[in-house]
Amino acid sequence: MPQLLRLATAGSVDDGKSTLIGRLLFDSKSLFTDQLAAVERASRQRGEDYPNLALLTDGLRAEREQGITIDVAYRYFATPRRKFVIADTPGHIQYTRNMVTGASTADLALILVDARKGVVQQSRRHAFLASLLGIPHLVLCVNKMDLVGWSRERFAEIREDFRRFAMKLDVTDLSFIPVSALHGDNVVHRSASMPWYEGTSLLHHLEEVHVASDRNLIDARLPVQYVIRQAGRDFRGYAGTVAGGVFKPGDEVVVLPSGLSSRVAAIWGPGGLPVTEAFPPQAVTVQLTGDLDVGRGDLICRPANRPHTGQDLDAMVCWLAGAGTLTPGATYTIRHTTAETTAAVQKLEYRLDVDTLHRDESARALALNEIGRVQLRTRKPLLFDAYRRNRATGSFILVDDTTGNTVAAGMITGPALPASRVVWHAAAVGREERATRGLTVWLTGLSASGKSTIAVELERRLVAAGRPAYLLDGDNLRHGLNADLGFSAEDRAENVRRVGEVARLFADAGVVAVASLISPYRQDRERVRQAHERAGLPFLEVFVDTPLPVCEARDPKGMYAKARAGEIRGFTGIDDPYEPPSAPDLVLRPDDEDPAARILTLLNRSAWWE
Amino acid sequence: MSTVYELSHLDALEAESVHVFREVAATFEHPVLLFSGGKDSVVMLALAAKAFWPAPLPFPVLHVDTGHNFDEVIAFRDRVVERMGLCLEVARVQDDIDAGRVTEDTGPRASRNRLQTATLLRAIREGGFDAVFGGARRDEEKARAKERVFSFRDESGQWDPRNQRPELWNLYNGRHRRGEHIRVFPLSNWTELDIWSFIAAERIELPPIYYAHRRPVVQRDGMLLAHTRFLRLLGGEEPYEASVRFRTVGDATCTGCIESTASTADEVVAEVAATRVTERGATRADDRISEAGMEDRKKEGYF
Repeated sequence: MPQLLRLATAGSVDDGKSTLIGRLLFDSKSLFTDQLAAVERASRQRGEDYPNLALLTDGLRAEREQGITIDVAYRYFATPRRKFVIADTPGHIQYTRNMVTGASTADLALILVDARKGVVQQSRRHAFLASLLGIPHLVLCVNKMDLVGWSRERFAEIREDFRRFAMKLDVTDLSFIPVSALHGDNVVHRSASMPWYEGTSLLHHLEEVHVASDRNLIDARLPVQYVIRQAGRDFRGYAGTVAGGVFKPGDEVVVLPSGLSSRVAAIWGPGGLPVTEAFPPQAVTVQLTGDLDVGRGDLICRPANRPHTGQDLDAMVCWLAGAGTLTPGATYTIRHTTAETTAAVQKLEYRLDVDTLHRDESARALALNEIGRVQLRTRKPLLFDAYRRNRATGSFILVDDTTGNTVAAGMITGPALPASRVVWHAAAVGREERATRGLTVWLTGLSASGKSTIAVELERRLVAAGRPAYLLDGDNLRHGLNADLGFSAEDRAENVRRVGEVARLFADAGVVAVASLISPYRQDRERVRQAHERAGLPFLEVFVDTPLPVCEARDPKGMYAKARAGEIRGFTGIDDPYEPPSAPDLVLRPDDEDPAARILTLLNRSAWWE
Repeated sequence: MSTVYELSHLDALEAESVHVFREVAATFEHPVLLFSGGKDSVVMLALAAKAFWPAPLPFPVLHVDTGHNFDEVIAFRDRVVERMGLCLEVARVQDDIDAGRVTEDTGPRASRNRLQTATLLRAIREGGFDAVFGGARRDEEKARAKERVFSFRDESGQWDPRNQRPELWNLYNGRHRRGEHIRVFPLSNWTELDIWSFIAAERIELPPIYYAHRRPVVQRDGMLLAHTRFLRLLGGEEPYEASVRFRTVGDATCTGCIESTASTADEVVAEVAATRVTERGATRADDRISEAGMEDRKKEGYF
C-alpha cells in the first residue's frame, strides 16, 4: 500500500534544484523519453549544448522566453513504497507567495544549497517559511559536493551553520544530505565518492520519513462541507473532510456553533462504504441521531474537546497580491474551513523581516510577499484552532471582494486578546503527549488586596472541573521554600524568582499554577513572564487592584497597623513602593462580582485551553 | 494494539477529489461535468457518484462532440448515461461549423480538436454554467502542470497563467462574476498510472478500445492512427491490421493508438508502469504542433 508524500522544493535555480528534480524523476523512471526529447530539442533551440532540465519544470511560453519561473509547477514520481507530489516552487522574486502556495500542503520541505556558497539568505528564508507553514520535516541538501572535492569538512561546516539558524525556528525534524545532483551522488543511490557520509540517499530518506504521526489525531474536528439528502430514503448525511482526530460510530458529539448534542449514528466513506473509524484526511459522510439543523460551515467535534469560538483572532498572514496592500481598517472575505464571512483588519502588530526575523512594529501595511502579525475581527464567530495544533482548522485565506482574488494566506496563532501583550503560544511538541496542559496565573497586588481569597477560589473551581491546579501562596512559601529570605529588595526579587520558577515547572508539568504574591516590582514579574515565554508556556498576569485605604481597612493580619506604628520597615504601600503592572491581562477591582469566574473566562479564551 | 491511521495513496487522492466535488456542489449554482467517455472523465464520473452517495449527481454532464468519434466510445457514453440516469447535454462542433461560427481546416491532416474550444465556450454560455469539471491532470503536459484545481476563466473563457489565484491548503476560491466561470480539475494530482490503478481496483468499465484489439491502422509522423472513416490517407500510406489499444480517446483524426496485447485493466496497469513515453507523447498529434501548443489552446479557453 504505497503512501502519498507531498514535498515542496526551494532554493534558487543556480543551486541545481531543477537538476536534482530531473535526477529524481529520471532515476525513479518517472521522466519519459518524449519529455526528455522535448527538453533536448528546446535546449538546442536556445543554443545550449546540454539538456537543460529546468525546461522540464518551466513550461510556460513567458517562462521560456524570459528564463524565469512564473508559478508553482506540480511534478509526480513514484517508487514502489511511495508516490510523491512535488510542488516545485521557483526561487525568484515572488519567492514568498509561491513558496507559501506550494508549502501549504507539504509534508516535507527540500531546501538546496550550493556547497561552494553555503547557507545564503535564500536558504534561511525558505527554512523560515517552511517553519512558518508548519512543514514537519526539513531536508537540507548540500549540492555540488563534487565541486568542493567531496569535502567532509565543508559539509560539516554548512550543517552547523544551518543548524544554528534553525534553532531559532520551529523545526522538529531536520536532516542533512550531501549530494551531487549532476552526477547523481546520494540522490537515488549512495555515493562512492563520500564514504564518510553514513546517512541514506535522498530518495531513501523520502521513502522512509515517518509522516503519519504529523496529523492531529487528538482533536476530533469535522467541518460540515455539504449536506447530502436522498429523497424517498429519508437519508440526511453531513459530508466533509475530517480535519482532525478520530470519529467512530457511537461517539458522543456536539455540533457547533449551535452547541446541540448528538451521537454518531453511522459514518460512510465515498460511495457508501461503512467506516468504523474516520480520521484525517478522509472524506466521509456522517449521520447523526436525532433531528438537527446542521449546515455547511458548522463543525462537529467531541463535547469535551472543542475548538475556539470567536470573532477576534490573532494570525500571521502572508500578503499575496501584487496590487494593493494589507492595512488596518480594510475588510475582506475570509474563508476558513468551510465557513465564509467578513473579516476586518483590526491591527497590524508587526511586519516580520523574513531575512533577519526582526519585528518591525512601526509597519503600517503589508505589501506583496510580506509577512506580518495581525488581529482580525470577523462578522460571524469562527470555529478554529491554532495553526500549530491543526493546519486545517488553523488556516484561512482572505479574498478581495472587488477583484475576487485571493490576497492573503493566514495562520491563526490563537484568539486575540485585546489590551494584552501575552503571547499565546500554542502547544509545543512533547507537551501534547501530556494528559493536560498547564499555565501560570500570577496574581499581584498589595497585601490584603484579596489575592489569596481569589486564588483559593480559583484553585477550588479548577480542581472541581477536573483540571489539575495548585496554589502557590507567597506567604505560605515563605515558611518553606523561601524561609531563608527577608524583605529587602534583593530578597523580594529572589522570592519572586523562585516562586516564578516553581510555577513554570508546574505549568510545564501540565498543572495550572495559581501564584498569589505581592511581587511589588514590575521588573521581577517581567522576568517570570519572560521565563514562561521562553519555555513556550502562557503566563497570565492578574492585577488585583484594591486601593491602599481599602487594604489598610481590611488588614486581616494587622500588618498595616504594625507598619504604620513603625514596627515593620519596608512594608509595601507604606514605606516601600508597589509598581502596578503596565499591561496586565486582567484587572480585578473590589467591586467586581465573582473575580475567580472572570479569570476562568480569560482562561477559556486561551489557545492553550482545550 | 494501536490502529495505524494511514491512507493508501489512491485513497488519499480519492478523498482529495471527493472534497473538490463537494466543494463545488456546495458553492456553485450551475456546475457541469465534461464527459466524453474517455478514461479520465469516466473516473471523474465514478468519483462524483461516490462523493454524493446515496444521492444522485447534483449536476448534468456535457459532451463536446467533434463529430469524429470512435463508435465504441459513443455507444459506451450512452450506456453509462442510461445506467446512471444522468442528464446528458451534447454540444456539437458541427453546429458551429454549419452556423459559420468556426471554419473547419481543410487538407488531409485537418483536425477538429481546435474547434472544440468555441463549441465548449458556447455550451458554457448557453447552459449558464459557472463551474465546469474537466478531467485534466497535471502530469499530462507542462502547461497543465501549472494549472490550479480551481482555474478562473474570464468572460471569454480565457486562462491567464500570469494571473492565477494562489491556491492554499484545501481552501479553494471560486469567486467569479456573471459570465465568468471556474474550470475545476478534481484529478489534478492523479497520474496516468493512478487512473489505471483506480480503474483496476474499482473494476470500472471503459470503452473497449482502451484494451487490446485488432484493427486497421496507418503509420503517420511516428504514430499509429486508426484507419476510420474520418481519416484521409496520404500518398504512400497503407493501412494494415495490428493489435492495438488507446491510451487516450479524443478526436479520431488525431488520437493515436499503441501496439499492445494488454486486454485487462491489470495488464494495462503493468504496461503503463513500464512505459517510458507519456500518453500525450505517444498518442496526441496536436500536442506536437509547437512547444507551447497546449498553453496556447488553454489561453483560448480549451480545458
